Amino acid sequence: MGSIKDKVAIIGMGCSVFGERWSLGAGDLAIESAYEAFKDAGVGPEDIEACYVGQMYAPVNGIGGSTIADSLKLSNIPIIRNENWCTAGHMALIEAALAVASGAYDVVMAIGVEKLKDTGYAGLGTGRGMNPVYEARRTAPGSFGLIATSYFKQYGLSMEEGKKTIGKIAVKNHRNGSMCPKAHFRNTVTLDQVLSAPIIAYPLGLFDCCGNSDGSACAIVTRADTAKKFRDDPIYIKGFGISMDAVLPHTRPGFGWTSFEALKRSSGKAYEMAGIKNPREEIDIAEVHDCFSITELAIYEDFGFSPRGGAKEDIDSGFFELEGGLPVNTDGGLKCFGHPVGASGLRMTYEVYKQLQYKADKPERQIKNVHRGLSHTFGGPPQLSAVAVFGNERG
Amino acid sequence: MIGITSFGAYIPIYRLSRDLIAKAWERSSLKGERSVANNDEDTLTMAVEAGSDSLKGLDRKMIDGIFFATTNAPYKEKLSAGLAATVLDLRSDVFTADFTNSLRSGTAALRAALDSVKAGSAGRILVTAADARLGYPRSDQEQLFGDGAAAFVIGGDKIIAAVEHSISINKEIVDVWRNDDDRFVRVGEGRFILNEGYMAAMKDVISALLKKSGLKASDFSKLVIPSPDQRSSMAVAKKLGFNADQQLQDNLHSNVGNCGAAHPLLLLVAALETAKPGDLILVASYGDGADAFVLRVTEEIAGNKGRLGLKGHLESKMTLSSYQKFLSFRNIVEPVAGEPFRLFPSNSAYWREQKSILRCYVSKCRQCGQTEFPIQRICSKCRSKDDYEEIRYSDRKGKVFTFTRDQLAGRSDDPVVVQTVFETEDGTRFYLMMTDCNPEKVEVGFPVEFTFRRIYEGANFHNYFWKCRPVRNGGSYHG
Repeated sequence: MGSIKDKVAIIGMGCSVFGERWSLGAGDLAIESAYEAFKDAGVGPEDIEACYVGQMYAPVNGIGGSTIADSLKLSNIPIIRNENWCTAGHMALIEAALAVASGAYDVVMAIGVEKLKDTGYAGLGTGRGMNPVYEARRTAPGSFGLIATSYFKQYGLSMEEGKKTIGKIAVKNHRNGSMCPKAHFRNTVTLDQVLSAPIIAYPLGLFDCCGNSDGSACAIVTRADTAKKFRDDPIYIKGFGISMDAVLPHTRPGFGWTSFEALKRSSGKAYEMAGIKNPREEIDIAEVHDCFSITELAIYEDFGFSPRGGAKEDIDSGFFELEGGLPVNTDGGLKCFGHPVGASGLRMTYEVYKQLQYKADKPERQIKNVHRGLSHTFGGPPQLSAVAVFGNERG
Repeated sequence: MIGITSFGAYIPIYRLSRDLIAKAWERSSLKGERSVANNDEDTLTMAVEAGSDSLKGLDRKMIDGIFFATTNAPYKEKLSAGLAATVLDLRSDVFTADFTNSLRSGTAALRAALDSVKAGSAGRILVTAADARLGYPRSDQEQLFGDGAAAFVIGGDKIIAAVEHSISINKEIVDVWRNDDDRFVRVGEGRFILNEGYMAAMKDVISALLKKSGLKASDFSKLVIPSPDQRSSMAVAKKLGFNADQQLQDNLHSNVGNCGAAHPLLLLVAALETAKPGDLILVASYGDGADAFVLRVTEEIAGNKGRLGLKGHLESKMTLSSYQKFLSFRNIVEPVAGEPFRLFPSNSAYWREQKSILRCYVSKCRQCGQTEFPIQRICSKCRSKDDYEEIRYSDRKGKVFTFTRDQLAGRSDDPVVVQTVFETEDGTRFYLMMTDCNPEKVEVGFPVEFTFRRIYEGANFHNYFWKCRPVRNGGSYHG
């Protein structure tokens, strides 16, 4: 397999405020993130040669590239939309990077936007199984609850220990999100609050689940060798990995429900391209898919941040806190931003981009000595994972 | 000789105390409890359960016909017997027919099956009867009715109860009825319908049968007749010279209620469960006239083992906690889905995938042995293409591999959906909802089995699919 390491750079990014943006439509959210990105990159809509869009829901959020074409007036250029579940934002970014690396275009936009609050969903992904018969009543919390039940059982955690372990992830992400002006939820929570919250899908409680928000995020990418014409501190794409696993985990014989091939493969490919041998040591900041607190725990292990079965020890020691050895979800993650599906991958990348530029919105949450960052989304039953690794220098 | 070669039954897991119904309406209780179909059950699913019970240990491909009898078919226009035949994985060249609209439709199906086998047009016919009638809120019928199903395999060899005589009479009367757009059963004036309806027809048909057969009341070990109330069957027995205490089959008022078209068959199952070789049984049904049969129990009765039957289903039960739940489970008050259904099925896709959806077939790779549900054309383990066997799994058992109690997906009257990864004994995985359970008792390793249920009305037709439930094995129910 080839590599695009250091061939493409991000020269501008934007991110809307996430939340219940009742007064804004999908197009308005796109305008909010795109115009911040234009300003950041020092370009305008007329400079964009192609656009890749991550957007999950049709038709309430527009069909094809219409949301973007109609709102941003990106007329008569290729606009390609993907709806690859929760990874749609990453897919847009990776497709944009590949388009630039191919030499077809020089300045390309990747944008993710989702107006979840127009879909009538009260919670993330409720009532949308993938098959009307086999999964008539599948919900996202239900799917991920299966992981928690199995993980606790297989690693011998009592329900109380298990709930405390994943509850600490929620507490951490809320603390981080409380410092992030663009987050939907900016409150801190205590472990007691997390543990006493109503159950959504046993054993997951309310604070184990991410919110349901509107949002958009945007990146403008160009060739790495000319990126410094646009700005002094472009962020370079070091590697990516995408893995779509075959066969729903639900129906796969022998599947353990604690570890996911898609997570291992996607991170492995991204590390390989980026030249990362020891992710626990070499990654300085990670934005990973904390749709549910248990998901973040499974990611620690599948991404090699923690040894197999060792996530609890790292959680207990504060390894993933803002001041820890590997800060994870420094902006509060999906937990605090909510999960407007197509936007999330680019929102996470926005945080990594700003951290790598030492331009975090609040100085108190800026990571020190940061060189390598990772962003990641994980979607489906779950079955599909996308990872991107970034750096603030070439080589 | 033609007769019953196998029997099975089904009583839903839920029982409702009649005291709760009475209390809700500030009226007198008819005492005891009645069975209540779960909110994902109807007459079709109950018939499938009873049919499946009766087919245990038998080769389903030997069945030549299936009859389905009810007064409450899930479709007004569409064959239920054909759907049941598919779900029970019978051959495609089986004769299928629905018998409906009468409390006698169960025995009509029985008689038609006996006659078909006798005429040589079929070797074995599966007769299923199920009912779930609605009495008007606060009426006696609301308390008297129960939900349940029975099934018989009718054939000419290995007969456990030979049908020696049968007789029918027709009596036109408007006594118990539903008009074409009614949901609740209407009944005429009490004295009139009892005396000129039920009592008169039972007396006539049983007298005629005794005369025809040359038998007398004392020759019978059991008199099996349904009763429109708690006592009238006793009056019939006494009037015709039977000893009500010793010969009359208990009418299941105390623990099930009257299961309509299925009830005479259900009572016959009850009688057969305690019958000895040589016993003579008189069965009669009532509804705009009457049907009656004489059965002689044979030595083969000892072979009808391994079925849950009526006894096993009565022993395993859960208590429905309120009358309100009954109203909602039976759609008398409308529940809403916790979250709306957003993915709608298509008639064509549902038709195309019926081998998995309805017949519960799994693909088993001929190269590596991997089993997958629904059927996969390419093996996910070794990628062999179109090289698999198709195997039915609907009567396998297994355990919960992992689960969650989902609070978002359930109905307003039944808000917790236990999403389950069900692993059969050979390691095959199914992702199913669990039903008939107490969600709080579910744990990893919990023993479960398949049950066919009605999920919802997507795309304007009844969407049926499999769920799992705690294994129902009589005595101790873990639900």
